[in-house]
Amino acid sequence: MSTLRRFLDRMQPLFSKGGRLEKYGALYEMFDTLIYSPADVTRSAPHVRDGIDLKRVMIYVVFASMPAVLVGIYNIGYQANFAMETLGVATADGWRPWLLIKLGIGFNPESISACFWHGFLYFLPIYIVTLVVGGFWEILFAVVRNHEVNEGFLVTSWLFVATLPATIPLWQVALGISFGIVIGKEVFGGTGKNFLNPALVGRAFLFFAYPAEISGEAIWVAVDGYSGATPLALAAGGGVQALAEAGISWSDAFIGTIQGSLGEVSALACLLGAVFLVYTGIASYRIMLGVVIGLSVTVYLLSLLNGDVGAVYQTPWYWHLVLGGVAFGLVFMATDPVSASMTNTGKWIYGVLIGFVTALIRVVNPAYTEGVMIAILFGNVFAPLIDYFVIQANIRRRRRRFAQSD
Amino acid sequence: MADYLSLFVKSALVENLALSFFLGMCTFLAVSKKIETAIGLGAAVVVVQGITVPLNSLIVTYLLGEGALAWAGLQNVDLSFLGLVTYIAVIAAMVQILEMTLDKYFPALYNALGIFLPLITVNCAILGATLFMVERSYTFGESVVYGVGSGFGWALAIIALAGIREKLKYSDVPDGLQGLGITFIITGLMSLAFMGFSGIEF
Repeated sequence: MSTLRRFLDRMQPLFSKGGRLEKYGALYEMFDTLIYSPADVTRSAPHVRDGIDLKRVMIYVVFASMPAVLVGIYNIGYQANFAMETLGVATADGWRPWLLIKLGIGFNPESISACFWHGFLYFLPIYIVTLVVGGFWEILFAVVRNHEVNEGFLVTSWLFVATLPATIPLWQVALGISFGIVIGKEVFGGTGKNFLNPALVGRAFLFFAYPAEISGEAIWVAVDGYSGATPLALAAGGGVQALAEAGISWSDAFIGTIQGSLGEVSALACLLGAVFLVYTGIASYRIMLGVVIGLSVTVYLLSLLNGDVGAVYQTPWYWHLVLGGVAFGLVFMATDPVSASMTNTGKWIYGVLIGFVTALIRVVNPAYTEGVMIAILFGNVFAPLIDYFVIQANIRRRRRRFAQSD
Repeated sequence: MADYLSLFVKSALVENLALSFFLGMCTFLAVSKKIETAIGLGAAVVVVQGITVPLNSLIVTYLLGEGALAWAGLQNVDLSFLGLVTYIAVIAAMVQILEMTLDKYFPALYNALGIFLPLITVNCAILGATLFMVERSYTFGESVVYGVGSGFGWALAIIALAGIREKLKYSDVPDGLQGLGITFIITGLMSLAFMGFSGIEF
C-alpha cells in the first residue's frame, strides 16, 4: 500500500458519518474514487459479476472522444497558423504567440507539433474554466444535497468543451457550463436523473444567448481579422459547388482539416470513438445507425424537391455526415444513456427522429446552418414518450398472444 | 396544397402555442402528470380547435367584420367590437357539446379529464388561436388547417411534457422546486429544444 492510500485511510473516519468533517464527505469520496477503485462490495443478492460501473463507463466515453478532441486541437492550431501564413503575419499580440515564440515553437502550419501546441493553448484555458466553474457547482450541490460527486461531470465538461469554438470568451464558457450543470442536471437531482444532455443544454444556452460569439464567420479561425465560413455554412449557401470553390474535398472534411468547433471537425476520429464505444457496449449502435439513416433519407428526399429551392437542397447525404457536428453529436451526445430512449425499438425511432430533425433544420431552415445540437435536445424531449409507446405496443402484443394461447 | 402543408408545420412546430407563445399554461402544467390523460386532453383540444377556429372564421367573414353584412344589405355596419364576446360564446358552446359527447360515449376519459374539460373554455390557447386567425385574416381553408395544426402542436407539447414528468418521477428534485417549480423549468428547457424550428419558411 502506498503512502497516499494509507493517508486516505487515516483521513477516512474524519469524513464518514459522525466524523468532524462529515459535511465534506462527498469531496473525500470524489478524491478517493478518482485515484483508487471504490471498495464498496455488494453484500446481499443479486450479485452481478461485472467490472463495469458508472465510473468506468464515464472514463470510457472520455477515452473514446480523445482522438476527436486531439485532432480538433491540432486543427485549431493548423487553421490559425495557415491563416497567419496566408495573411503574411509573422506573429500576433497576446500571451499565446508570446509563449509560442519564447518556447521556440513558432507558427509553421507544416509542423504537426507547432499546430498542436498552438491549438492546445486555446483548448487549455477553456477546459480549465469549464472544470473549475462546473466543478464548483458540482461540489456545491454534492455538499449541500449530500450526494456523491459523480464522474458524469468529467464527461459533461469534456464534451461541452469539444462543442465550443476556440475563440469563445472565457466568461461565456463559465456561464454556459453553469447553466448546463445547474439547470440541465443538478435541479433534477444529479447524474442519471436529468432528461436533457447537460453539455448540450449549456451549449444551446450560449448559442441562443450569444449568437455572435458562437456562430457566424469570424470566430472559427483564431487569428484577428481573418474570417471564413465553416464548410457547412458554405454548403448552406452554395451547395457542393461552393465547397469545391473553397478547395474543400470530402476527405478533408472526413479527416478533419476544416473549420469548426474544437472536437467536431474529424468524422474519422469520431468513427474510431464509435467503434470503441460500440465494442465496449457503452453506446448503442441502434441510435447511431438511426441518426445516419434518418439524416440520409431526409436529405435525399428533400433533394428530390424541384423548383426554386436553394443549392443546399442538392448537397448530398454523404457530405452532410462529415460536415459540422453530426459525427460528434451522433456518437457522443445522442447516445447518452440517460437522456436517450431506453428500449431497443425506441432507440431506432429516437435516432431516426434526431437525423430527420437535423436534416430539416440544416436544409429547410435558413436561420440556422447547424441543427444537430437542437435536434438531439428535441430527441431528448421525446425520448420518454417514444419509450412509453414502445412499451404499450409490447403490452398489447403480449396480451393478444396470451389471449390466443388460452 | 403546399401552402396548407407549410401552414400546418408552422402552426404545429414553429409557432407552437404552448412552447413559443406560452399559451394555455394552466392546463398545460396541471394535466401533464400522466401520459394517458394528456393524450385525452390533447385530443380534446385538437377537436375544439379544429371546430372553433373555422366557425369563428365564418362568423368574422359573414357577420362581424367590417362590411361583412353586405349580403343583408347593410354595407356600413361594423360589428367587430363584438368579437371577443362572440368567440368566447362559440368556444363555450362547443366545449359544452364536446363534454356531453364524452360523457355519453367515453365516460372513462370524461372522468379522467374532470374539471379541466370545462376549463378548456377559458384555455387561452383556444382563444389565442382564434385571435391569431382574425389578426392574420386567414381564409376559411387556412383557418381549418391552422385550427387543427395549432391544436396538434399544443397536444404534442403536453404529451411530451407528460412523458418527461413520468420519467422524472424517479429523479431527486430539491424540496423548493418540487411540483410546479420543476415543471416550469422543464417547460423552459423544452421550448429551448423547439427553438430550432423558428425561422423555417417553405
